[in-house]
Amino acid sequence: MTSALELRHVSKVYGSGPTEVHALNEVDLSVERGELVAVMGPSGSGKSTLLTIAGSLEEPTSGQVLVEGTDLTDVSRSDRAKLRRRSIGYVFQDFNLLPGLTAIENVTLPLELDGTRSRPAQETGLKALEALDVAEHADRFPDELSGGERQRVAIARAIVGKRGLLLADEPTGALDSLNGEAVMRLLRAATRRGVAGVVVTHEAYLASWADRVVFLRDGFVVDQTLAPAGPESLLAAGDR
Amino acid sequence: MSVPYALLALLSEGPKYGLRLQTEFESRTGEVWPLNVGQVYTTLQRLERDGLVASEGDGERSRKRYAITSTGSQELAEWLRTPPELVPPPRDELVIKVLVALQIPGIDVAEILQVHRRHVIEVMQRYTHIKAEAAEDDVPLALVADAELFRLEAIVRWLDAADARLKQLPPPNAVPPADVPQEATRTMEVPQ
Repeated sequence: MTSALELRHVSKVYGSGPTEVHALNEVDLSVERGELVAVMGPSGSGKSTLLTIAGSLEEPTSGQVLVEGTDLTDVSRSDRAKLRRRSIGYVFQDFNLLPGLTAIENVTLPLELDGTRSRPAQETGLKALEALDVAEHADRFPDELSGGERQRVAIARAIVGKRGLLLADEPTGALDSLNGEAVMRLLRAATRRGVAGVVVTHEAYLASWADRVVFLRDGFVVDQTLAPAGPESLLAAGDR
Repeated sequence: MSVPYALLALLSEGPKYGLRLQTEFESRTGEVWPLNVGQVYTTLQRLERDGLVASEGDGERSRKRYAITSTGSQELAEWLRTPPELVPPPRDELVIKVLVALQIPGIDVAEILQVHRRHVIEVMQRYTHIKAEAAEDDVPLALVADAELFRLEAIVRWLDAADARLKQLPPPNAVPPADVPQEATRTMEVPQ
């Protein structure tokens, strides 16, 4: 089966000579549809670089990045841009909604940029807003929404259409614990509907929503969690 | 132990039988704390002995109905406002392990920290899984799970901070030989 995302021996080096920085070293990572993976690590461990390379916003120095089986290093710049628009959704810490557009316009923008006509784009966009429980705010501008609502709109924009890969960089950073939890619940629900999700976070409370947690250190993947045991094991522990 | 007070709290709604107290205790603590009916009866016996509950009914314990007394209500109100013991146990096992690891030449302490970090996060994943599968309005369960999750998260934060502090240490070959005179052992007192 083709993974939604596969990194093969990906390295990224910034600068050269004495100022050379190895941001990523020989990173291997596969994420399947239906799976939510959290990437944890201290500042400077390469988390954000991993995400921008996975999303083809940046190119690796060496190694391969495959999105739904397509090797990004093999395709032309314009095909890469198309793939980015059609297959990959991004969620950022500061939401990155366009202030001059309403919620629904923000959500439908990637579809319209990709040539979908206005009416079908509206219908698809509204469905995404409904899935995130913010359809009633469709005609509001970002500054008329709360932080939690803005992040829901941003997630709707990231999953709208038929995207197979959802990438989120500290998506709960500006939110309190419960709004942060709500965002993780939504990301988890999106992956359960068949999207592959990668979330970069430094908070264990939020990372624990993931099916798998991958640990980065100095640009290396040093460890990852095993498949989580069921809740029974906690009750058994309580009986001791 | 808080079981006696949990039972007093359940009885403050009105008199109840032991079996009902058991099922209510479990459902209201998010079913994370199992309590067997034997524990319920021995606790009720002690509460009755101390004058905090009174029973009516004859003979067999399963046929007795228990009610909270006014002394019991006072005791419960005081307990709710008494801060729990916040001073940690004097020897936290994880802290000791890391301190010991620091003393062993050639040991990769960062790797030891990562083993524990992964383990703690795996336990957190299990609590989050319980929360994720539960109804969103199951507040008692979410409260219990969150209490554990935030306690465990604090351990992860300690591990992260330990990791960062160790990175600032000079490389191992710069450490002075083991036979230089040592400072007197330091102790840390937590102010009471």
